[in-house]
Amino acid sequence: MALRNIIGKRIGNGIGLVGRRSLSTSTSDVENRNAKSMNLYSAINQALHLALETDPRAFVFGEDVSFGGVFRCTTGLADRFGKARVFNTPLCEQGIVGFGIGLAAMGNRAIAEIQFADYIYPAFDQIVNEAAKFRYRSGNQFNCGGLTIRAPYGAVGHGGHYHSQSPEAFFCHVPGIKVVIPRSPRQAKGLLLSCIRDPNPVVFFEPKWLYRLAVEEVPEHDYMLPLSKAEVIRQGSDITLVGWGAQLSIMEQACIEAEKDGISCELIDLKTLIPWDKETVEASVRKTGRVLISHEAPVTGGFGAEISASIVERCFLRLEAPVARVCGLDTPFPLVFEPFYMPSKNKVLDAIKATVNY
Amino acid sequence: MALSYLRSSSSRSVNLLKPLSSSLPLRRPISTDTTPITVETSVPFTSHQCDAPSCSVETNPKELLTFFRDMALMRRMEIAADSLYKAKLIRGFCHLYDGQEAVAVGMEAAITKKDCIITAYRDHCTFIGRGGTLLEVFAELMGRQAGCSKGKGGSMHFYKKDSNFYGGHGIVGAQVPLGCGLAFAQKYSKDETVTFALYGDGAANQGQLFEALNISALWDLPAILVCENNHYGMGTAEWRAAKSPAYYKRGDYVPGLKVDGMDALAVKQACKFAKEHALKNGPIILEMDTYRYHGHSMSDPGSTYRTRDEISGVRQERDPIERIRKLILSHDLATEKELKDIEKEVRKEVDDTITQAKESPMPEPSELFTNVYAKGLGVESFGADRKEVRATLP
Repeated sequence: MALRNIIGKRIGNGIGLVGRRSLSTSTSDVENRNAKSMNLYSAINQALHLALETDPRAFVFGEDVSFGGVFRCTTGLADRFGKARVFNTPLCEQGIVGFGIGLAAMGNRAIAEIQFADYIYPAFDQIVNEAAKFRYRSGNQFNCGGLTIRAPYGAVGHGGHYHSQSPEAFFCHVPGIKVVIPRSPRQAKGLLLSCIRDPNPVVFFEPKWLYRLAVEEVPEHDYMLPLSKAEVIRQGSDITLVGWGAQLSIMEQACIEAEKDGISCELIDLKTLIPWDKETVEASVRKTGRVLISHEAPVTGGFGAEISASIVERCFLRLEAPVARVCGLDTPFPLVFEPFYMPSKNKVLDAIKATVNY
Repeated sequence: MALSYLRSSSSRSVNLLKPLSSSLPLRRPISTDTTPITVETSVPFTSHQCDAPSCSVETNPKELLTFFRDMALMRRMEIAADSLYKAKLIRGFCHLYDGQEAVAVGMEAAITKKDCIITAYRDHCTFIGRGGTLLEVFAELMGRQAGCSKGKGGSMHFYKKDSNFYGGHGIVGAQVPLGCGLAFAQKYSKDETVTFALYGDGAANQGQLFEALNISALWDLPAILVCENNHYGMGTAEWRAAKSPAYYKRGDYVPGLKVDGMDALAVKQACKFAKEHALKNGPIILEMDTYRYHGHSMSDPGSTYRTRDEISGVRQERDPIERIRKLILSHDLATEKELKDIEKEVRKEVDDTITQAKESPMPEPSELFTNVYAKGLGVESFGADRKEVRATLP
């Protein structure tokens, strides 16, 4: 089958699902008053507007954020709040994050944008060695809790090696920071506001494939969603699926198909990767006895490994089948081979069936 | 340019030209004519911590016509890539070099294929300069097997080992410390070669550049850091990103030279000078004052952060191909028709190659797993459930 068809199918499925229904229907965690239909980048934009509005010491900076950013997440901020609070930085990720840590250490809310998560690595040292350890090593005298780093992550269909990476696992290995990934516009707005206002440094990865693709009713008021609380977005009894970000829509399609074969799937959105909500996932696994984790990042050493190990520790006797991980392959993120690399709906479906029939 | 007074066909300046021994009807075949000609560059070199080279550049008809043909080929290639991208035959990212061709051809004229070049992602023309074929370019852009990186790299990752072209890098600035490593190896093997590490004005603000400068100066490496300053880092103008846009001075203790990057002969002179300097005295920075007509990449229209007047102004005043064309015509090295024929020939070559490239197949799916590690170190990859599919790959 021509590669292009496969690519088209993935996009088609992506549009079809996420456009049609919102994933956060199972719990009404936010009042729906004055909800407006908008996509992911608009929701994030709204969150940033609110963050700067409510805190006069909040700043947004990064490469090209002034005109609105390459994904339009920062439109209107510079005009509204001025160049002193919303400004462009030169092309220097390490400098951007280090600068953000310093700004936050002075009690400000520093919202740094890294243009693509693939470019975050020059800043890795600053995040791991400075941001994560600042409070700890100063005996709580200083902290950079006001720091939030936002970066678009994940596959986008044609991103290739350096515009598609999912580096969340590297950051999940660092005590001292939080890693948060939203699945939809409504979630993104609430989670981002929580991240900005959380008194710890947070890395917020935004699924770039969903920037325009995901459209949802998002309330216009200021609301926050709790961090470190996972959400069961689909109830089921045969198997628990755990995921985050754009991958959830793929997993949901697999769940719907599995339903046709009589398999009842429970789908959990982790939302915060560290510190992650072990209790919710454990409770679900105790109910179903089977768990499958799916993420775009390569399988070896991906965050699915941590979830798998923790669940086995907690629920060993309850498990009916080995923990399944449906993830990206252990290769650099390919350009032409992307459809083969990705943990697609069929791979997830295969794994669901194999796990249930174990 | 300095020779503008020659444009009137009746006069012929005596001072700067050695007269061609043939009169018009018995024109010597231009493609092999190596009679030296001296040309003055119109913009003088500005130097930092060194003496600037002379503005008089030695060239000859053969070289000038090669410049013309090569640049015309590069220009045509980039424009064809633009159309292919819009037709969705090229996917992913595509960063076009049209406007900057003089840097690629001028540099090649001053060095050998034993010298190394390493650059960022705007690498299609640099690859051609290093001897890459059009087929390899288009096939790689379209992700086909006949591509230079077997279709696995794409637009940003062109490489050519046999002519020491080390690519093709996506992460901004990452290639510069790499270039210093190449230079060290060259110095160690004493083969009198140098490395040209190219980067842009956006990358000039990366920390790793300063690390690379310090290392290469400390260890006297034959590294030439070339800043291709097209004045815009994606959409950000240089004055908004850099406190000091005098990139050739950034080296502080490392000498630098500012060059008119739209003049292939000036580029050639500067690179020749830089190579001699680097072999004797260690690193040097070259700042090429150049311009790109397209936006940063195919997803950038290129007109939101600069005016169309500016773009067309540069095209009219400083276009590298036009400059060589005028030089050729004013020296009477070829007729307008001959030059137009070259352009037509180039166009046909590009079109034919595209047709050929389209026939090249996509890489085999098994290629997804090859070359992650060296051969013999297997990569295990398994399917959805470890029990179902397991493949240990070579």
